[in-house]
Amino acid sequence: MNRFLVRLLVVLTLLLGVNYIAWRWLESLNWSAWWIAVPLVLAETYSLIDVSLFGLTVWRLRRRGKAGAPPPGATVDVFITTYDEPLDLVMGTALAAQAIRHPHSTWILDDGARPELEALAAEHGLGYLTRSEDWADRPRHAKAGNLNNALMTTQGEFLLILDADQVPDPGILDRTLGWFNDRKVALVQTPQWFVNVPRHDPLGSQAPLFYGPIQQGKDGWNAAFFCGSNAILRREALMQLGLSGYVREVEHDVKDALARTRAALRKARRSPEAANPVVAGMLDDVEAATERARAELKAGAPLTELTYRLQREVDAAARRTVTRDFSQIEADLASIAALELPPEDGMVWPDELASAVDRMSRRDLSPLAAVEPVREVLEAVSVDRPGEAQPVMPLATISVTEDMATAMRLHGLGWRSVYHHEILAHGLAPEDLKTMLTQRLRWAQGTVQVLLRENPLLQRRLGWGQRLMYFATMWSYLSGFAAVVYFAAPIVYLVLGILPVTSLSWDFFVRFIPFMVVNQLLFLVVGRGIPTWRGQQYSLALFPIWIRACTTAARNVWFGRPLGFAVTPKVRQDAGPAWHLIRPQLVVMGLLAAALVVGTVRLAAGLNEPVGTLVNVAWVAFDLVVLSVLVTAARYPGFEPEERSADAVHG
Amino acid sequence: MQFTVEQKPRYAHITGTGRLNMVGAPRLREVVSKVVDEGSNHVVIDLGGTEFMDSSGLGALIGCLKLARQAGGDLRIANVRPQVRMVLELTSMHRVLNPYDTADAAFADD
Repeated sequence: MNRFLVRLLVVLTLLLGVNYIAWRWLESLNWSAWWIAVPLVLAETYSLIDVSLFGLTVWRLRRRGKAGAPPPGATVDVFITTYDEPLDLVMGTALAAQAIRHPHSTWILDDGARPELEALAAEHGLGYLTRSEDWADRPRHAKAGNLNNALMTTQGEFLLILDADQVPDPGILDRTLGWFNDRKVALVQTPQWFVNVPRHDPLGSQAPLFYGPIQQGKDGWNAAFFCGSNAILRREALMQLGLSGYVREVEHDVKDALARTRAALRKARRSPEAANPVVAGMLDDVEAATERARAELKAGAPLTELTYRLQREVDAAARRTVTRDFSQIEADLASIAALELPPEDGMVWPDELASAVDRMSRRDLSPLAAVEPVREVLEAVSVDRPGEAQPVMPLATISVTEDMATAMRLHGLGWRSVYHHEILAHGLAPEDLKTMLTQRLRWAQGTVQVLLRENPLLQRRLGWGQRLMYFATMWSYLSGFAAVVYFAAPIVYLVLGILPVTSLSWDFFVRFIPFMVVNQLLFLVVGRGIPTWRGQQYSLALFPIWIRACTTAARNVWFGRPLGFAVTPKVRQDAGPAWHLIRPQLVVMGLLAAALVVGTVRLAAGLNEPVGTLVNVAWVAFDLVVLSVLVTAARYPGFEPEERSADAVHG
Repeated sequence: MQFTVEQKPRYAHITGTGRLNMVGAPRLREVVSKVVDEGSNHVVIDLGGTEFMDSSGLGALIGCLKLARQAGGDLRIANVRPQVRMVLELTSMHRVLNPYDTADAAFADD
C-alpha cells in the first residue's frame, strides 16, 4: 500500500513538475528581465531534476529484514581509524569493538603514530597499526591510505570499518554478516547515528532521510553506498578492486611514459651534453631500446618483462658509455706509465678502474643523470608504481571521500551492496558550527571530485539505475547555485519591481501550487514521520559551502590545485557565537529583511502590485525561516546532558 | 601455506604449497622480503604446489615484485595451475605478470 502511494506521488510529482517547468520555459519567461528570469528558470529546472532523482530513488525502496546467520567460520578484522582524536575516545570505541560477540581481531589504525596509544593498545591486547616506512615521502591519501596500509598486514575475510567516535554494538557482526552468504555481496552499510545531538538537531547532524529512504532506495537499485564508517566489506572484493586498478594504472603509466620518452630524447639531443659523441651514442642506444619497448607494448608483451628488459638495456647502454670514457682514461694512464714517471699520490690505477666503472654506472651517477629529463621519464616506465607507497591500493584515492568512489568501482566490477537499516553503532557528531561546516565542505568536495573524475553517467559497467543513483547524490551538492537565485529573485521584485515571470496570474498558481503540494506530500509519505525539515533547510542555507566545494573541487581536478581552504582560526565556544563563519548568509538575511521594508513602501506608493508583493513577501519569509537555522546553529553552545569534548570531530 | 626457499645459481627458488589466500599473503611477503634482504634480487615463485590463489595472494605477489625491483632485480612466477591462471586472467594481471612454464625458464633470457 505504502509502495503504491509512494509511486503514485512520484508519478504525480513528475507530471505536475514537468507541466509547471514547461510552462515556465515556454510561456512565462520574462525575457525583458532575462538576467533574473533565466537564472530562476534554470534553478527551478535544477530542482525538478533533483526531485525526479529523489522519486527514482524511492521508487524501488527496499526494506530488508534480518540478515540470517553469519557464514560459518567467517574471519573478521575490525579497523578503528584514528588520526588525532583524544585517546579516551579512541579507546572507548576500541574496547567496545573488542567486546563484539562474533569472533574477530580488533585493530587500531593510528595515523598519528602516537606511542601512548600504542601502549594502551598493548595493555588491552588490541592490535595496533601505523603506516609502514614505504609511506614516507609519498602521498598518504588520508583515511583511504590508512586502510590500504592495514589491508596489507591483516588477514580477515571481512572488515568492519569504524571511525574513532563510532561505538559499535556487541551484536553488530552477528546482525550483518549473514548478508555475505550471497557470494556477490561486497559491502554492508549500516546507519550513522549520533548520540550527542539534541532533539531539535541545530547543526543538522542526523541524516534520517539519507540513512533511511535514500539508502533504502539506492539499495533497491543495487547502489547502496559505502559511507566510510559502520560498514562491513569483503576483503576479496577490495583486493580485486586494488588489482584491477593496479593493472589499469600500470598500463597507463607505461604507455604514457614511453610516449614521453620521444620528446625527452629530442630535448636531450639539443642539450650541451649531447655534443659529446659518447653521450650522443648512448642516446641512440636508449632510443633504440625504447622503440623496441614500444613495439613490444603494441604486441601485448607482459609489462613486467617489457619494463625489465628496457631497464636492462638502458643500464647496459649507460655502462658501455662509462666504460668508453674510462677506456680513454686508461689509455692515457698507459701512455703516462710508458713515460716511466714516478707515480703520484691520488693517481687512479687501472685495477681500481673496474670498481669505479661499477660505481659510475649506478643509475644516479651514470651519464644518464646528465640528461635528466630522459632519466626521469625512463624511471616512470615501471610496474611498481614508484610514486605510491603501495602498488595495490584497494580503497579509491581519487577523492577525499574514498567511500563513495570505492563503492562505485565495486559496483562497476559486478559486486553487490546491502543497506542494513538498523542502528548498530553510536557516534559523536560535531558540536560547533565551525567543525560542522568543515566536515560538510569536505564531504561536498569529495563528492564533486568523484563527479568530475569518474562521472557515474559515463561508467559503462554500471547499470543505468546505479549510474543515476550515484549521480543523484552528486546532483544534490550543486544546490548552492540554485539557492542564490532563490534568495535573489524575491529581493529583485520587492526592490525593483521586476518580475521574472510574465504574470503572476491564475496560470501561475494553478501550475505551481499543485506541484509544490504533491512534492511536499511525497517527502511526508516517504519520510513516514522522520524529521526532514532540518535537512531541507541546510541544503539551501549552506549555499556558500556548496558553491565553494564545487569551485575548489573543479580547480583541483582540472588544474591540479590543492583543495585546501583558508582555515578560520579556532574559535572557542565561550568566545560567543561564531557569526563570522556565516557572514554571507547574514548579509543575505539583511538584504531579505531590507527588501521587505522597501517592498512595503513601494506597494504603498503604488509602484508594486499587491499580488506580486504578497507572493514575494511569502517567499522572503520562507527564505528567512530557512536561513534562521544558522542563527540557532551559531548560538548552539554544544551538547548539554553530558560534558563532551567539542574536539570529537567526525572523521 | 608452506614456503621453502632454495638458492639456485642464478635465482632464489621459492616454492609455495597450499592456498595462497588472505592468510598466506602476509607470510609470502615476509619470506620474499627476507630473501631480498639477504641479497638475492632474482626471485622465482614456483606455484606448482599452490592449489588456490585469491586476490590477496595476487596482491602479495605484486608487493613482492616491487621489493625485488627496488633491489635492482626481478620476481617471476612459474608452474601455475589452472585455477591460478584463471585468477590471473580474470583480473587482467596476465597483462603484467607472465607465468613461466618452469622455474628454470623464468630467468632463461636474463
